[in-house]
Amino acid sequence: MARHVIAPVDELPPGTRKFLTIDDRPIAVFNIKGEFFGLLNRCPHQGAALCEGPLIGLAQSSDPGEIEYTRLGEIIRCPWHGWEFDIRTGQSYCEPKRFRARAYPVNVEPGSSVMKGPYVAETIKVSVESDYVVVDL
Amino acid sequence: MNVQFRDRPGPASSASIKTAIADCDIHPARATASELYPYLAKRWHAHLETYGKHPYQGMMEGPPYPKAQPNASRRDAYPPEGGPQGSSLSFMQKQHLDPNNVALGVLNPLNTGQGIRNHDLSGAICSAINDWQIEKWTSKDSRLKGSVVVPNEDGVASAAEIRKRAGDKNFVQVLLLSRNVEPIGQRRYWPIYEAAQEAGLPVGVHAFGFGGNPITASGWPSFYIEEMVGHSQCQQTALASLVLEGVFERYPKLNMVMIEAGFGWAPSLAWRLDKTFEKLRSEVPYLKRKPSEYISDHIWWTTQPMEDPERREHLLQMIEWIGWDKLLFATDYPHWDYDDPSRVLPAGVSDANRQAFYLDNARKLYGLA
Repeated sequence: MARHVIAPVDELPPGTRKFLTIDDRPIAVFNIKGEFFGLLNRCPHQGAALCEGPLIGLAQSSDPGEIEYTRLGEIIRCPWHGWEFDIRTGQSYCEPKRFRARAYPVNVEPGSSVMKGPYVAETIKVSVESDYVVVDL
Repeated sequence: MNVQFRDRPGPASSASIKTAIADCDIHPARATASELYPYLAKRWHAHLETYGKHPYQGMMEGPPYPKAQPNASRRDAYPPEGGPQGSSLSFMQKQHLDPNNVALGVLNPLNTGQGIRNHDLSGAICSAINDWQIEKWTSKDSRLKGSVVVPNEDGVASAAEIRKRAGDKNFVQVLLLSRNVEPIGQRRYWPIYEAAQEAGLPVGVHAFGFGGNPITASGWPSFYIEEMVGHSQCQQTALASLVLEGVFERYPKLNMVMIEAGFGWAPSLAWRLDKTFEKLRSEVPYLKRKPSEYISDHIWWTTQPMEDPERREHLLQMIEWIGWDKLLFATDYPHWDYDDPSRVLPAGVSDANRQAFYLDNARKLYGLA
């Protein structure tokens, strides 16, 4: 497990996502309303680039005729077959027992701590003054 | 909406498939509405702009409503140069044909001139689509083969279009859809089968169609998910009609392909037909054999979307019933319910059966072996 610095925080404003490859693994990092999330960009169902899908809400029903639509923007829907996964945990809402998307923790760290290590800075130039998005892989 | 930093990640990272495959259901699209104009007489440009198409069924111009993904297609399949999914040969090559080792790709254009009430316009658009397939696709990539689309409700005009394309190596089949004005075994469609047999072309029957009949056998459903499973109902009606109208007695060398409507239901339909035929044979005395025998001898099945039972051995049992020599692998690229070639078959299938399933059956049926 290594901690990778992937971008200065102001390069990944809310509503954006960044695709990158770390150690041959395709990853996407999302900023959703100021919170950061990382996912392996490969759908566990048939291998599509999962993170190209739209972020939708969660439609659930406790009783027939009652539908709650919650967690807007926190569910990613696969661009091929529409499988839905929780961006926070990678949990599948279609087949939770068989499939789970791989989620990675993402944090914001100040430049001063990032410079000390044990971080891998990829190609990002790090300065003490800024904050950085860091993904644990 | 989420904004992406990079335009597009690389092609979806499916496990690469080593052996060559045939993809028997690829959907080429037009980049723009006027892309067909060079292949259509000028009078039809004005006609389309002044009067439109007048289909038997409303909302035929696809997609009439959002079908799960934009244009019912994979979101990662938009060509970088613009246009809808499936409209760029170079991107299709890069995303699908090359990485998936597609040695034979059968084009099934949808949204053609089929189902238009003005039969002359229907015929003109179908013929234009056939020219367009050659010009834009098959002449540019020899792996791709076209399907002759025909003005299906006009049997005589359809037969003329098939005879015009007979012997042209750009085409490997004739294409119909499953929902026409009448069940497709009926005599108004016989000239199509006669001409196809004469030309040595199998007739594919793809899910969809715009004859005006509901997609289920009991009316219009509420949900898209009902439409998705309704295709197999339509195909069952189509197949029963073909068998019971005596199409295969009349055209004994005709082969047909059931495209994108499943195959798990085939044994059950065949058993029911046989059981009922024993009792009602005198109603259709021109049938010389049991219905199941016509189905076994004349029908091939494309695989996508694959039946996916919880216990994978059940899939293999279904295939045993139908025959490993009758299935044609298909992805449905670029549509959203695409099947990835590296993932459809469970472990434990013999090399010979895999080879038949992925490539050889298609090469034989389409005369490319």
